[in-house]
Order: sequence, then structure tokens, then C-alpha cells
Amino acid sequence: MRAMFGFLSGLIFGFGLIMSGMANPAKVLNFLDIFGNWDPSLAFVMGGASVTAFLGYRMAWLRDEPLLLPDFDLPARGRIDAPLLAGAAIFGVGWGIGGFCPGPAWVALPIGATGTLVFVPTMLAGIFVGRRLKARA
Amino acid sequence: MLPVIPTEFTPWASLAGGVLIGVSAVMVMLLFGRVAGIVGITSGAVVGHDRGWRIAFVAGLIAAPLAWFGVSGNFPEQQVSDNPAGMIIAGLLVGIGTSLGSGCTSGHGVCGLARFSPRSLAAVLVFMICAAVTVFLLRHVA
Repeated sequence: MRAMFGFLSGLIFGFGLIMSGMANPAKVLNFLDIFGNWDPSLAFVMGGASVTAFLGYRMAWLRDEPLLLPDFDLPARGRIDAPLLAGAAIFGVGWGIGGFCPGPAWVALPIGATGTLVFVPTMLAGIFVGRRLKARA
Repeated sequence: MLPVIPTEFTPWASLAGGVLIGVSAVMVMLLFGRVAGIVGITSGAVVGHDRGWRIAFVAGLIAAPLAWFGVSGNFPEQQVSDNPAGMIIAGLLVGIGTSLGSGCTSGHGVCGLARFSPRSLAAVLVFMICAAVTVFLLRHVA
């Protein structure tokens, strides 16, 4: 049950990335190229996704617990600290070089472009380096 | 670095795709009580408890272009840089940055903003500005 709905959620997420254009690095890089070949489409992706999540979350939270696991487990509302800001800055530079953030990289994997086949394993290696850095911070 | 390839402005398709991403995020909250951050789900699929639904979620992401092909007869249009050095650096920075910074475009951008999380708002501003500056430097200065 959990696996089936997990798969379905991932499939819908992936369809959303493809339909929106976010799965195409060329479109992402043009979104980020504000002073050049600017394509503002991705602002509509972020807008549509966060407004939908904002409304849907309020409905989900009317329940005492989620449907398939015992409790809600949300990220802590901690302070804005150095690992958060340094991590976001490092991520931003990498996103600007490749045009891939993690979701679109997974979606691109079966299409099998050379750049994707290089990006995904190094991203996974990077995630585990980052986890170690965060544990030390 | 990918050469500049013009893309069409697609407000409606992008809005509809964004709504689908939002629907998926709501499903993850309603079913599993978690935020749908892709980096969190990815590392949670490898280590930790409750790995099953996370592995299935990643499998769903990977299946999406195949299902898209099944429905439309075409793979999604994409242009990816084939510069290996650039993509190695990009992959490492994206992996390190999103795990150190506790989230990516989905975790901070979609789910965090929907929760009015001040940490996520700060992260989104920082990664957007850094990404735009990087593209500016690579396309217009270098």
C-alpha cells in the first residue's frame, strides 16, 4: 500500500516536472538568465505548486495523523543558520552550471543523456558528503 | 555549460505542471505526513527507517518519462550539457549543497514556502540569487 502510493506520488511529481518544462535544463537555465534570454515560465511552476501545496496542506492537517504512517513529521522550525545558507549558496551555483536540481535529474535518468549519466551519480556522492558536513557543523 | 538554446514562454503548461507537483506534495503529506523534498526522499531511500515508500517515490520519478512516452509517443524534450567536467562539478555542488542546506527546489521552494517556513524562504532567496549570478557569469562574462 505504502509502496504503491509512494510510486504514484512520484509518478505525478515527475509528470508535473515534465509538463511544466522544469525537466529540461535548457528551460531552467533560461529562467535563471534574467539579463539575457529570460524565459519566466518556471515562476508559474513554483507559483502553481506552492499555492496548491499551501491549500492542500491545510486540509491534510485537519486530520490527527496521516493515512499510512503513525504521525506527521515536519522539519523543525529552527533558526536560519550557516549550514542552511552555505548549502543553499552551493546548491545555487551547481543548479546554475548544470540546470538540474535533484527531481529533474531523476526524471531525466531513463532518457539517458551523457550529461545526466554523469550528473546523477556525482549528485548522490555529493549528498553523502553534504550529510557528513552537516553532521559536523 | 550548455549553449544558449531559446525556449518558448509556456505559462499555462508550466502552471498546470506546477499544480501537479503541488498535488503530489499534498499526497505525500496526507499519506505519509512528510514534506515532499526530493533530496530528503532520496537520502531517506538509502538510509533510515521507512525506506520503502521513498524508494517507490524515486522509482515513480524515474518511471515518469517512460509513462510520458507511453501516453504521447515522445520522450520529453530536453537539452542537457554533455560537458563531463561541468556536469561532475554541478552534480557534486547540487548534492553537497542540498544536503548541507536541508533541501532543494521542492523541499524549500514548494513545501517550505507552503508552510511559511522562514528557513525555507531564506534558502530559496539564496539559491535563486546564486543560480542567477552563476548563469550571468557563465553566459555574459566568461
